[in-house]
Amino acid sequence: MKEHDAIIVGAGHNGLVAACYLARAGLNVLVLERNEYIGGAAVSRQLYKDFTYSNCSYVCSLLRPEIIRTLELPKYGLQIIPYEGGCTMMRDGGHLAVYDNHDAFRREIARHSKRDAESYERYARDVMRQCKFIKPLLMREPPDPTSFRPRDIQELLYLGKRFHNMGEQRMYETLRFWTMSAADFLDEYFESEIVKAHFSGSSIIGTALGPRSPGSAYVLLHHYMGDIDDTVGAWGFARGGMGAITQALGESLKASGGSIRASAPVEKILVRNERAVGVRLAGGEELFAPMVVSNMDVRRTFLNTMDESDLPPEFVRQVKNFKIRGSSGKLNIALDGLPSFPAIPPGSPCIRGDLHVTDTIEMVERAYDDWKAGRWSQAPYIDMLIPTQIDPTMTPNGKHYMSVFVQYCPYRLADGDWTPAKRQAFGDTVIDTIAQHSPDFKKLILHAEIRTPWDIENEVGLTEGNIFQGELTLDQLLFNRPIPGYAQYRGPVRGLYMCGSSTHPGGGVMGAPGANAARAILRDASRGSRAAH
Amino acid sequence: MVDAVSSLTHFKQPLLKTPFHERARELSQVDSFIPWAGYTTVDVFTTADQEYFAIRNATTLFDLTPMVKYRITGVDAESYLNRLVTRDIGKLKQDRVMYCVWCNDAGHIIDDGTVFRLGRQEFRLCTAQRQIDWLLESAVGFDVELSEVTEQIAALAVQGPTSCATLKAFGLQGIELIKPFETRHFTVEGMNIMASRTGFTGDLGYELWMDPQHAEQIWDRLMQAGNSRGIRAIGSQALNIARIEAGFLSPNVDFVSSEHTIRLGRDRSPLELGLSWLVDFNKGHFNGRRALLQEQRRGLARQLVGLDIDGNKPAVNSLLYLDKAGNREIGSVTSAIWSPTCKRNIALAMVEAPYFRLGTSLWTEIYLNRELVWERRMVQARVVEKPFFAPARRRATPPADC
Ligand SMILES: Cc1cc2nc3c(=O)[nH]c(=O)nc-3n(C[C@H](O)[C@H](O)[C@H](O)COP(=O)(O)OP(=O)(O)OC[C@H]3O[C@@H](n4cnc5c(N)ncnc54)[C@H](O)[C@@H]3O)c2cc1C
Repeated sequence: MKEHDAIIVGAGHNGLVAACYLARAGLNVLVLERNEYIGGAAVSRQLYKDFTYSNCSYVCSLLRPEIIRTLELPKYGLQIIPYEGGCTMMRDGGHLAVYDNHDAFRREIARHSKRDAESYERYARDVMRQCKFIKPLLMREPPDPTSFRPRDIQELLYLGKRFHNMGEQRMYETLRFWTMSAADFLDEYFESEIVKAHFSGSSIIGTALGPRSPGSAYVLLHHYMGDIDDTVGAWGFARGGMGAITQALGESLKASGGSIRASAPVEKILVRNERAVGVRLAGGEELFAPMVVSNMDVRRTFLNTMDESDLPPEFVRQVKNFKIRGSSGKLNIALDGLPSFPAIPPGSPCIRGDLHVTDTIEMVERAYDDWKAGRWSQAPYIDMLIPTQIDPTMTPNGKHYMSVFVQYCPYRLADGDWTPAKRQAFGDTVIDTIAQHSPDFKKLILHAEIRTPWDIENEVGLTEGNIFQGELTLDQLLFNRPIPGYAQYRGPVRGLYMCGSSTHPGGGVMGAPGANAARAILRDASRGSRAAH
Repeated sequence: MVDAVSSLTHFKQPLLKTPFHERARELSQVDSFIPWAGYTTVDVFTTADQEYFAIRNATTLFDLTPMVKYRITGVDAESYLNRLVTRDIGKLKQDRVMYCVWCNDAGHIIDDGTVFRLGRQEFRLCTAQRQIDWLLESAVGFDVELSEVTEQIAALAVQGPTSCATLKAFGLQGIELIKPFETRHFTVEGMNIMASRTGFTGDLGYELWMDPQHAEQIWDRLMQAGNSRGIRAIGSQALNIARIEAGFLSPNVDFVSSEHTIRLGRDRSPLELGLSWLVDFNKGHFNGRRALLQEQRRGLARQLVGLDIDGNKPAVNSLLYLDKAGNREIGSVTSAIWSPTCKRNIALAMVEAPYFRLGTSLWTEIYLNRELVWERRMVQARVVEKPFFAPARRRATPPADC
């Protein structure tokens, strides 16, 4: 009995992207989603009347333009609206703002250090150089360096050639860059503490690393990736919240004949004769298809949803060792009005960007120390935005929605399990931190959704609440992602594929893993049908 | 703190105004201002052509204040600059100016500019782009003090065949005796002015350096003194025509500083820019020396040259080919104009080896907009000598009318 050509487990954005590509290639696809809503970590929900939250991800900077275009997402309602600027507020009442205008930004940095204002150019240049190197790798299947298949050799040659073409000097720089810490990297450009602190933020987001941990420089780049496309609006809000992305994907999928079933948790991926043949839902219902594609992270896919006896033991060991530590929490807050931030000059557009309060790298590193000790940061790093200053669709006019991303918050607490009281205490720490910079903030709060890594695991399905479905460190990137030997979206049993952020090129609302996986699946499918003839 | 915050205006008005801004505003007929190095400056006052002809026929005033100026002092100032730039600063005498370029270790150009020797241990460096980061990085191990003084010094270029007479009438007694690349200090009605015989027009001309608080008064007096000599204020467009005729390079137009290049192969060496005469391999070590020696030995991969192009349509942004069919691409144009004085269609272009040799004939692809219909032309061109225009008066001391 063959009902579908492919079953996709999970309606996260990557599962939906993969499904769209497969459906457009003529396959009959079914997407099964555990929650009653689709989107995974790219979702918009109303938890308080008339207020829409971007409950998990909140900024759209990485979504590949070629995906938006091919899947016609604008036709299905997706609009990305740019925001500009940002600001780090300092404990002494000062601030460092970021402005789009080159001269305004230079003069802003120069208030803190004249030299940094100019070395910023060198910094931007070097980050851009690294992005240019990596960008073409995003939408490609990483080569398997141990196989001698012509395709792998070709891809390895491509990688090697790109690397070689950088020239000797830049090859050194790249190797250093992929392994060094963000703090060391920033020290090579800047002297001012506040400037370094501001830029260090993106090196830790979603990562269980501190700014002084080796490997954090790369994470910084992962977040800049959206800047390289030279397309207007590459960095912005999805109008209506991040759920607009997955809603548009859902519509696009339906338009090409695919179907989605929500509230359909997959309990088991069924394997017969070393082949994935279908899935069993929590209620016992079994669905069959010659291809099963998992949008779940690798831990959840192989350890929770499959029988270990169906898998090679060495593979299972590597999956168990896959680093997927949760380090982030999130607050979504409904506000009765726009809070005031005395540190921000009146009229400055930076309030519409990303706001932060850690003003030295040391402070960020101390926040990380708390995480290592199994408690949430007492003075956390926060990435806070009020998108409703730009997006008119998420709240009633004059009211605001604030998204607060928080580092660090552990999945496991040193003093025992998470409880509602501890969750509230975590939320209070964050709210108190913000209130130190905004006297009227607390009064304006109408409702707050507080999410710890534990909540994120349980509600979104991200193991340990790791937002990237696995950390973005060199040992888990490119042909090592997720597991060496399995970087090409194919699982250890035939007919089983992976398409989530656990795979190359990693997490964030990028869509590249889903698109790359679909390409690998279609290549296998056409090979299979050729063989059948 | 709160007060300091509310007084911030740079995000509302990112561009600074030069001390001549009010005067420029009054004379601007077409309201055409452009940003330049963090300042708002005039692109065109009236029409670029009229302004250009004043450069070649009378006297022009061009507000040079945004030029980035660094003050470099200390016992090691000379050896520091000698390490920085490719020319021999040891040969730069007091009260003289040198046009220089400087490179990174790979021999790639960071920028070009002029070095003024104001004293035994005091120099001024003028450049088009900010680069304190690079200058400080290069200063490690030298006993020098470095600071940017752009805002402390207002500057005005006074250029054109009647500029010397104008300045004399203005009150710079003896200005006619200063030679190209020489500087001299003057006092006019208690105002200190340093004049240098330098410029970006390839014509007779001077640059005045002054205290910003005297800027307007000096501007007004100059306008008065030059009234009978055809003086007029000019913007960047007119200057650009003159500088291409003179064969001068413009950063971010004819080359990109290697402080800004992102793509591979976009860095340029002074040899590639046709500036080998600025590189002194005999003066001892300087940044990029080894790489440049190697490049010289290996031979150049490309070079910036002058082109003389048939017809009269400027080859703006044109690709260059070896053949009329356009099969073999060999370079591209960086700057192009119709030269109003030479009546030649000229360009600066980066051309691959070996086609940059003088006399080489090649093809330029020119797109013409004819009443909204685009037409493509393949037009023949030749590699020719620069500068395209170099009147004897630019060097005459004293100038003919003084
Ligand atoms: C708090 C937070 C903030 C973030 N901020 C940003 C940001 O601003 N910008 C950005 O680009 N990225 C951000 N990210 C990261 C980004 O959201 C994720 O990396 C990305 O959305 C993951 O997409 P995915 O499709 O790979 O996986 P997921 O979104 O995790 O999708 C997996 C899907 O599978 C479903 N599922 C799980 N188990 C089962 C099962 N047994 N049966 C059926 N379905 C199942 C889940 O419900 C889910 O819908 C953030 C993430 C979090 C958590």
